[in-house]
Amino acid sequence: MADLRINLAGIESPNPFWLASAPPTNTGYQVQRAFEAGWGGAVWKTLGEPIINTSSRFAAVHFGGQRVAGFNNIELITDRPLEVNLKEIYETKKRFPKHALVASLMVEPKRDKWHEIVKRVEAIGVDGLELNFGCPHGMAERGMGAASGQQPDLVERQTFWVKEVAATPVIVKLTPNITDITVTARHAVMGGADAISLINTINSLAGVDLDTWNTIPHVGGKGAHGGYCGPAVKPIALNMVAECARHPQVGVPISGIGGISSWQDAVEFMLMGATGVQICTAAMHHGFRIVEEMIDGLNNYLDDKGLSSVTELVGQSVPRYSEWGNLDLNYAVVARINTETCINCNKCHIACEDTSHQCIERHTDSDGKPYLKVREEDCVGCNLCSIVCPVDGAIDMVEVPAKLPAMTWNERQRALALLDAQSSEAEVG
Amino acid sequence: MCGHKTVTTISPDAFARNFSEAVPGLTRKAAAEEANRCLYCYDAPCIKACPTGINIPSFIKRIATGNLKGAATTILDSNPVGASCARVCPTEELCEGACVLNDASEPIRIGLLQRYATDWAMESGKALFRAGPSNGKKVAVIGGGPAGLSAARELARDGFSVVIYEARERAGGLDTYGIVSFRLPQRVSLWEAEQVEKLGVEIRTGVKVGEDVPVSELLDDYDAVVLAAGMGYVPGLGIEGEELDGVFDAIRFVEATKDRGGSLPALAGARVAVIGAGNTAVDAATCSVRLGADNVKMVYRRTKEEMTAYEFEYEFAKQEGVEFGWLTAPKRIIGDETGKVTHLECIKMELSGEAGKDGRRLPVPIEGSEFRMPADAVILAIGQTRHQKLIDSLGIEHNRGVVLIDEETRRTSHPKIYAAGDIVFGAGGGEAMVVSAAEQGKRAAHAISRALAPRVESEAV
Repeated sequence: MADLRINLAGIESPNPFWLASAPPTNTGYQVQRAFEAGWGGAVWKTLGEPIINTSSRFAAVHFGGQRVAGFNNIELITDRPLEVNLKEIYETKKRFPKHALVASLMVEPKRDKWHEIVKRVEAIGVDGLELNFGCPHGMAERGMGAASGQQPDLVERQTFWVKEVAATPVIVKLTPNITDITVTARHAVMGGADAISLINTINSLAGVDLDTWNTIPHVGGKGAHGGYCGPAVKPIALNMVAECARHPQVGVPISGIGGISSWQDAVEFMLMGATGVQICTAAMHHGFRIVEEMIDGLNNYLDDKGLSSVTELVGQSVPRYSEWGNLDLNYAVVARINTETCINCNKCHIACEDTSHQCIERHTDSDGKPYLKVREEDCVGCNLCSIVCPVDGAIDMVEVPAKLPAMTWNERQRALALLDAQSSEAEVG
Repeated sequence: MCGHKTVTTISPDAFARNFSEAVPGLTRKAAAEEANRCLYCYDAPCIKACPTGINIPSFIKRIATGNLKGAATTILDSNPVGASCARVCPTEELCEGACVLNDASEPIRIGLLQRYATDWAMESGKALFRAGPSNGKKVAVIGGGPAGLSAARELARDGFSVVIYEARERAGGLDTYGIVSFRLPQRVSLWEAEQVEKLGVEIRTGVKVGEDVPVSELLDDYDAVVLAAGMGYVPGLGIEGEELDGVFDAIRFVEATKDRGGSLPALAGARVAVIGAGNTAVDAATCSVRLGADNVKMVYRRTKEEMTAYEFEYEFAKQEGVEFGWLTAPKRIIGDETGKVTHLECIKMELSGEAGKDGRRLPVPIEGSEFRMPADAVILAIGQTRHQKLIDSLGIEHNRGVVLIDEETRRTSHPKIYAAGDIVFGAGGGEAMVVSAAEQGKRAAHAISRALAPRVESEAV
């Protein structure tokens, strides 16, 4: 059994699975149940001036008969008085001293407000602070959450104010509702952040009711954008984590968030630079017990890989992530169909024929059995056929020898520029 | 030797219970799950395996996307009796047998999904098709079974004025009278007939062509005739005792459990011998079980290998507790002094090395192996007779009652008469399935359209 313990900017936890600041971490009762179930840490639902919530609040996107491909919410920060939350945080920390307990904070962008809440929260004993600069709805209208998180200078300044008084590590939670997340990440670091966590939810409208034409969800016939999370947002979150991880001026530990619903997702985030992960939707869909499957799967994976600590995963794939301009233009793969495994649904054929490069041919063998064959000279290696294929192992994408030496777009541009310069020199000469 | 047992008729409650549909339909959730499992194959093999060529991936995708009207329309567009077929088709030999998922996991339950969509159509009461603009031509259809209804529906969509002549009180043919209610409730086939009527087709029930209306009248009054009269009842076996009280014709026997007016055969507590091993024989046997028979045995002179009933029919019969007497041929039926059946005398058979005309090994009796089987009822299910008289009166060519047609046009030797369904079904001529009859009716209609009027496709509503 591998060591699952992590240390995120000085915050230790028995495993990398934390509950994100969200409805599951609203009360001491819930967080304690989560720790009993096996969660390594929890970021308490954002503390601040208590707000009034609406009814209803949540909605989900279901896909192909599967529930909750994506999840949307318009719930705000805690609706309970600060004293009540602090009392429960104290009790929870006392019962679970080894678990990571982080307080999420959100106040108006004023220095004294930040100083006051940091002091009060740290006084009762937490392992760290997470600054909520990401909530995209409700709080933004009051100049908080995403509204301040979308202004790099405000992110930097508020982080700085917090760091003036904070004794525990400070994590800055970033909003994805911005053009380039590495800009706000860098400003958080300039403000003194010890770590960043991302992503918060993405502006979203879950749907429109086809019968009533109301938004989903709606509040008495009116809707407003919410925040999107759940499995559907994972690729967006993974990219943003990776972009921050590979940015030389970010350079602080990352807590990965966004659509993580299994141990595999967690491993991917860690390989892409996250020190640990935060999860919400999977717990809301299945309850806290889902962490048992995550821990067990991660353990077995690490054993299979021969790794003694989960921390050995962190950042392993980051060097492999770059820009399109650094990809080898002469690398080539082609699709190969395994006739034995193929069930002849013809989905690859029609996908290629209608929407890609028309290189999957339908044939009939001498026994009258249909089979599919790739015309490899016309295959561009786009992967589409293997993506739509419903049977594992029926289509392999196989590397074929490159016709030319490796050359990226950037190298090509440099070479062309050089040639250009040489020819003008020649003309001058 | 014991005499016959006291047999009674089951109570109306027990009848209602035993003869209600055996297989439950899919729930909304089950249908959604199953529909979402469909791969939506391109040029799907299930479509090719369906005799009527229903675009199965399309109707299933429509179920998956909450478009039940679209799903039902897709099904019934290709197959006017698609609700009945959803229940009686041997799907594992057709669409489901061709499903690509057979090799990967489990085939899609296409029959049940088809039933789910057509059940919606029945419950919604929405019209799915409308008649085409009149082309001024008239067609008579002889027989309101699957083939006749299918032909009439297509003709009406093409703008023909259509009259169906149906000998029975209600339309639907074997679907209405010949398939056991616990597989196909009568309301399903009656609904299908009603949909055809809604397109303006007149169904004249209780009218026998050649008896109540002369054949010449049809040939004079109509531009074309579709002969879809099916087959008749079970022929005599030609053995002693067939006239005894307690001997039934399997078709009439099943019919008695379908027709609300008729009285039920009293079989509660009875020992029943069914002669034959086709699908009708299985129907008669399972029907007997559900009528309360103590013991039901199917008597067949060949072996399980040669039986013509579908595998799923055989499995169903076994589940129902039906016993099988293979290599057993009936010799005579024995009755008591009151004329009631008491025994079936049989002789054991063996398969000879010799093959018969159909290629199956010929069964021969084992000398001295006669034995008596106690029986209170004997049901004959050894095939169906041909409508020889009707065929003769129409003056068309046939081979021992099997009407001969041009496969392409479905035209008989009479240029005005086309034929479809069981009346053209003969040895080597495919299977006598409801779905084949439906397709043949469709093709006869399309051939008539091509011959008499340029076809204008009527759109689904």
